[in-house]
Amino acid sequence: MYWLRRAWAELRNEVFVLPSRTLVLTWVVAVLALPFVYGDAYVLRILTMTCIFAIFAASWDLLAGYTGQVNFGHALFFGAGAYTSGLLSLKFGLSPWLTIWAGAAVALSFGFLVGYLCLRLRGSYLSLATLAFPLIALGLLFAFPDFSGGELGISGLRRLMPTPTGNYYVAAISMLAIVFGLWLLADSKFGIVLHAIRDDEVAARASGINTLQYKMTVFAIAGAAAGFAGALFAHYLRVAGPSTLEVALSFQVVIWGIFGGVATIYGPVAAVFILYPLTEWLGSIPGVGELRLLIFAVIVLLVLLFMPRGLAPWVRDKIETQCPRCKQRNGSWKSVCRLCGAALRRIDPKLQAQVPGA
Amino acid sequence: MLQDILVTGLVNGGVYALLAIGFSLIFGVARIVNIAHTAFYMLAAYCFYTLLTKTGLGFVLSGLISVSAVTLFSVLCYRLVIEPVREHEAAVLIATIALALVFQELMLYIFGGHFLGIPSTLEGSVRFLGVSIPYQRLLILVVAGAMLVLVWFVLYRTRLGLAIRATANDLEVANLMGMNVHRVAMATVAISVALAAVAGVVVAPVFVVDPFMWLAPLVTMLAIVVLGGLGSMKGSLIGALIIGYVEAITVFAVPAGAYLKGAVALLIMVIVLLARPEGLFGVAFEEER
Repeated sequence: MYWLRRAWAELRNEVFVLPSRTLVLTWVVAVLALPFVYGDAYVLRILTMTCIFAIFAASWDLLAGYTGQVNFGHALFFGAGAYTSGLLSLKFGLSPWLTIWAGAAVALSFGFLVGYLCLRLRGSYLSLATLAFPLIALGLLFAFPDFSGGELGISGLRRLMPTPTGNYYVAAISMLAIVFGLWLLADSKFGIVLHAIRDDEVAARASGINTLQYKMTVFAIAGAAAGFAGALFAHYLRVAGPSTLEVALSFQVVIWGIFGGVATIYGPVAAVFILYPLTEWLGSIPGVGELRLLIFAVIVLLVLLFMPRGLAPWVRDKIETQCPRCKQRNGSWKSVCRLCGAALRRIDPKLQAQVPGA
Repeated sequence: MLQDILVTGLVNGGVYALLAIGFSLIFGVARIVNIAHTAFYMLAAYCFYTLLTKTGLGFVLSGLISVSAVTLFSVLCYRLVIEPVREHEAAVLIATIALALVFQELMLYIFGGHFLGIPSTLEGSVRFLGVSIPYQRLLILVVAGAMLVLVWFVLYRTRLGLAIRATANDLEVANLMGMNVHRVAMATVAISVALAAVAGVVVAPVFVVDPFMWLAPLVTMLAIVVLGGLGSMKGSLIGALIIGYVEAITVFAVPAGAYLKGAVALLIMVIVLLARPEGLFGVAFEEER
């Protein structure tokens, strides 16, 4: 009883005071409770894919948003995870529960490799050079079709769980664990160093940070998370094909990341949860199905024109204000800061402009 | 085989040079990584196809109309979509990706996904050093050469070119010297897309026209631009020839080369980047803080 009251107090004082935290809690509960409420196989299938892609988008954000290493070839890690796991489980008959870890490990080493190769590159050079890696891998796969299955990929993989609900929970729980793990990592001292590297690498190095080591570590972590997502994807769809390495997938994750708002982790995840089911839903409407990518692109363009920093930061600024004194966040309905009592209402810049001489 | 390699490399190199120089120009002046660049090339090819098969205009007239229409359209796109988000680099990036997707899907919806063939604009071929070169490929080479000379002339012999080079060198100082950098950026967009459109029109009869034809040249073009050095015209030209020849050698001399040509080209880019991170002729941009 004491613990219950304690939990309720924590909830009321720490979570419900901020609309964004309430939203996150609602989302977690909704993701976990969905199969009980609405167990339609089609919906579960779409949401399983959404969860897998959410891991992928969050891992891109750690690399591109926090560290500023805007990776245009993130599909390399996804594909590496998918193919490794698929090949191991098919050729050696290993259980998929083991091979997804192997997939993540191979993607991790690919992350180290790409990170090492790209250490000296910056900005646009890095983006364009990273675009090359998945395509090199794709060319190699096509050149050795006996090994990789060529255009068709390797099919007939085993699923992780026999039922749709089971598969959904595997994807959802891994998604929650990885996304919150990345979020914790990004909020820790490690994450602050990453911010510093993005904003000014020279200054970070001058402050005694081994930026090379940090950059390679981030590449490896992001690679491992993306590879895990790729392995889940392969075993869920029961096929690891060339589509996991294509430019389209690399661009897709860039769109998710920037649409949701970079350097937030939750932004890209929110973007996947909005955009992926939306495109699937549009695709299922007869007559509109052919136009779904068009509608998708137009929506992305329109949203960007109004919120150039991305969806999540825009929403966050609408529902919350930052205290000018202690930098803590408050619900936008508050007039004084919940922690330090400073006045939150600022003068509206539009009103201020009307004051003569101001 | 040697002659095949020489000719194919030169012709492909010419097309790549047209694309890469335009991309490089727009990056140098406006710092826009224009993913939609080759989508305009695709649009021009479709425009040319429609004018040629539906209206019965001549080859030259359809070509000119397509190039100018696509160029005007690109300026419109720039004003409506790119300029409002110019301050946000990331937003510009996905705005161009989204634009390319919009074009691809529109073409897919209007023309369908199948390959469209355009009748050759010029029949016959000429024998040169024992290789027969179709006139069509010769035309590509001639047009590419002429466009490159034209671009060189505009950049180095006109006031607009001076303004473009100045803006590429230092945007703020150029602005302080009284150049309208917005106008310059717009002119650069027009020039660069015009180059892509010309490339689209001349290759349309040789390659097939389909809504996904922008992806393969996009990757090759990016490799060339990075190889030669971002923002450097000379680098783009030489990079285009290098990649053109490397692809030709891979296709003709290596088993399963057609699959590997992209991979080999990209591998060369990666190797060059490892040795020289700013590309062959790249100017290391000063620390932009």
